[in-house]
Amino acid sequence: METTFSGKIWKFGDNINTDDITPSPYLTIQNPEELAKHVLENKKPDFPDRVQKGDIIVAGRNFGCGSSREHAPVALKAAGVSLVVAKSFARIFFRNAINVGLSVLESSELYDAVEEADEIKVDLEKGEIETSSGNIIKTNPLPENVLGILEAGGLVEKVKLILGERG
Amino acid sequence: MGMTLSEKILAKASGKESVRPGDIVDAKVDLAMSHEACTFVISAFEEMGAEKVWDKDKIVVILDHWVPASDVRSASLHKAIRKFVREQGIDNFLDVGRGGIAHQILAEGGWVLPGMLVVGTDSHTPTTGALGAFATGIGFTEMAAVFALGELWLKVPENVKVVVNGSLGNRMDGKDIILKVIRDFKVDGAIYKAVEFTGSTIESIGIFHRLAICNMTTEMGAKTGIIAPDDKTREYLSWTGKQYEPVLSDEDAEYQEEREFDITDLEPQVACPPNVDNVKGVSELKNVKVQQAFLGSCTNGRIEDLRAAAEILKGEKVHKDVRMIVMPASQSIYMQAMEEGLFDIFLDANATICAPSCGPCFGGHGGLLAAGEACISSTNRNFVARMGSPESFVYLGSPWTVAASALYGEITDPRSV
Ligand code: SF4
Repeated sequence: METTFSGKIWKFGDNINTDDITPSPYLTIQNPEELAKHVLENKKPDFPDRVQKGDIIVAGRNFGCGSSREHAPVALKAAGVSLVVAKSFARIFFRNAINVGLSVLESSELYDAVEEADEIKVDLEKGEIETSSGNIIKTNPLPENVLGILEAGGLVEKVKLILGERG
Repeated sequence: MGMTLSEKILAKASGKESVRPGDIVDAKVDLAMSHEACTFVISAFEEMGAEKVWDKDKIVVILDHWVPASDVRSASLHKAIRKFVREQGIDNFLDVGRGGIAHQILAEGGWVLPGMLVVGTDSHTPTTGALGAFATGIGFTEMAAVFALGELWLKVPENVKVVVNGSLGNRMDGKDIILKVIRDFKVDGAIYKAVEFTGSTIESIGIFHRLAICNMTTEMGAKTGIIAPDDKTREYLSWTGKQYEPVLSDEDAEYQEEREFDITDLEPQVACPPNVDNVKGVSELKNVKVQQAFLGSCTNGRIEDLRAAAEILKGEKVHKDVRMIVMPASQSIYMQAMEEGLFDIFLDANATICAPSCGPCFGGHGGLLAAGEACISSTNRNFVARMGSPESFVYLGSPWTVAASALYGEITDPRSV
């Protein structure tokens, strides 16, 4: 998996909860592609149809609050979202996202520095975000062990690799 | 700069001299607990291609949510888990009739010692932080990775210090303290944080109060609740004969926030539907009728909680419009309560006594609510539909308040009976 991204932005506000991301009527759905058809539909009804592979979500505080459902990051990933940059994340969502292989990054500044549909470039390893106007925003880069999980494609894949190396 | 108790435990678990909030560390786990969720852990474990668990002696599997199995689905979960623990040689398996609610078992069974890093597939894993361990809930896939490798990544949390001073009044419980704290912090007041409790009250109260307090830090969004080990902790664990090195916060440790509570004049607290932070003093609740009173759960199903309720119910009858359900949190509590004659008191009062389980606490079985009904409960969550119908109502209070309300058929101040 890449650790650099460039993509178009979708903006969401503060406290986007796991019900907003994957509404509970769809929780019995196991198939990620099916879940993706309803992702964030209550917040932006046209989002599931119009989101493109590689798009980036930029959000406010406490993204992913609510339940511990792994469906939420799974659905975002299946919808093609490559990365979520939020002012802050809810604890379990942050963990689940990394564990299912959805990249996440915290930046307190980005949200107010960009507009919907802007293009940005992000380097996870360096923790650098370049806006369409060429501004560079610095954040704390993701630590190596977390990057390792993302690069492997999630925790299941990462453990497979480790166990494989151990023979 | 010094470190907090939580930071020291995480530093040690990740083989580092020191850690700071925000650091992400690979930490070695001292104890991994799973309950019925273990079935999901097993499938992820298999998907990873793992064959053997990393250390069978550091894993404890406890059936507790549906005990005894309440339907075919839960019976099948239990069956799959029995097969897994047998194949893996996990001896620390507490089947129906041997254990009780996982968090209680970890405490009373001497599994958790001060300074340990404990993870569990349950959101109320912070309960045993009351013994000075760093205990936190994790997801199923993560637990599979722990089963396979014995470690997981953790973000070092910010620390919040909650200082509680004043003496705990008559017929008051750790539950009243934590409800007061949640009332102040709100349900999102401590997201991702380690909440450390100190102060004269915390020092003076018994371990059972502390367990109830740490149990509900989950309801403030916390990653863990923790209390420094002291003489009371040592005494509680003395029967195990196990050695440990108590870990304490440094004098100059850094806390992101510090809040002080004086509970001297605190009245019994009740969390009203539909959120745990919707807390009121019992005097503000007039004519709130209840049809059920539930005494049990990992929050307040301990022997001291049963004794409290028995003190109130002795020689009395539960109100004619109320059914009271008593569910001791473990087999050993069950036996002790029986030996102490508490069951005679409950049975004489027309209460029903069930096998140790989570039962109705999460709407599982053994005493659910119909539409329009209300329950006063010693549990920790009162969300919509938590104990049954989406149109039922759950009020959370101490064991004292539960028993007093059972007597009068409405929410009642236990100090007035
Ligand atoms: S008693 Fe209730 S809160 Fe405690 S572990 Fe069981 S279901 Fe969860």
